[in-house]
Amino acid sequence: MTKENQAIMGEDMDDEKVLLLNVPWCKGCGICVGFCPTRVLKLKEGKCVIANREKCIFCGQCELRCPDNAICIGGKK
Amino acid sequence: MNCSETTSKYYRVNRLPHIWCAGCGHGTLTNTVVRAIDKLKLNKDEVVIVSGIGCSSRAPGYLDFNTLHTTHGRALAFATGIKLANPKLHVIVIMGDGDSSAIGGNHLIHAARRNIDITTIVFNNNIYGMTGGQFSPTTPYGDLATTAAYGNIDKPFDLCSLAQGAGATYVGRATAYHAVLMQKLIEKGIQNKGFSFIEGLSICPTYYGRKNKKGNAFKMHSFLKENCIDKKLVDKDPDKGRNKILIGEFYNNPQPEYIESYQVIIDMFQG
Repeated sequence: MTKENQAIMGEDMDDEKVLLLNVPWCKGCGICVGFCPTRVLKLKEGKCVIANREKCIFCGQCELRCPDNAICIGGKK
Repeated sequence: MNCSETTSKYYRVNRLPHIWCAGCGHGTLTNTVVRAIDKLKLNKDEVVIVSGIGCSSRAPGYLDFNTLHTTHGRALAFATGIKLANPKLHVIVIMGDGDSSAIGGNHLIHAARRNIDITTIVFNNNIYGMTGGQFSPTTPYGDLATTAAYGNIDKPFDLCSLAQGAGATYVGRATAYHAVLMQKLIEKGIQNKGFSFIEGLSICPTYYGRKNKKGNAFKMHSFLKENCIDKKLVDKDPDKGRNKILIGEFYNNPQPEYIESYQVIIDMFQG
């Protein structure tokens, strides 16, 4: 992973599970924001942002329905 | 690359982001196809994805399998040729509602009638999105389109009934919202030895949604969530199915497959 991507995520990959956001692919449709049960995500200037990372329960609803493959749950498997 | 393993494994990531509009259901449905292939652990070199023309038919361009982008409505004709030439391949056809039931309507019914081992997945967004929002054979009665400014007076096709009536041996329907069900149906469709038809209700927030005031992509997903019901529940209690869209597995009845029947004839003369 590039340093640039790491900066976008604001997270390192040592965690067991981590919410990854690929900002250049996001078109800001808001589907993930709408389906997130713990309101982790927000729309800001037409793109999705991870506003409350600590609230993420890794349910995968965002990854399941993101049409642009822009958000996913990664980390150590 | 900051994306999931399945994305980097099965997508041509240098082609992403795709050209579909923000919120388009086609991206979600394409992902269900990829997940189904991943779940079945199919060899990438033995999978062929064929498409015709339209928004949906852009999908194979982003997928890293053997892919073929053909002429409008003719994807099943090309797919039949591929399957006959090399029956070992898993042939998956991705079509749109107009592509499969208007321009390619005849190819669809005859491929279904032959029961050739092809998995057809239709991304049904109820409109011709790529050309500017004309009504398609699946636009609901009374809905607006750029060519139906006062409401569509044509009755829509029920694509699943059409495919089943024509002879498809596996038929099911899910939606972009019901992505897990969609993946399961595709898995079973690929495993079925014969013609499988899976309809995926997609959403088109740009043309169909805007014209019919359906709201944004999230609202359109919520509409699918609230207005679809699994066929199994309706079988138990028919009242539940009133004014709802049925989803789930509709038909699963394996029959003699075309390539196998053809091989019997070949063997007859080769001794």
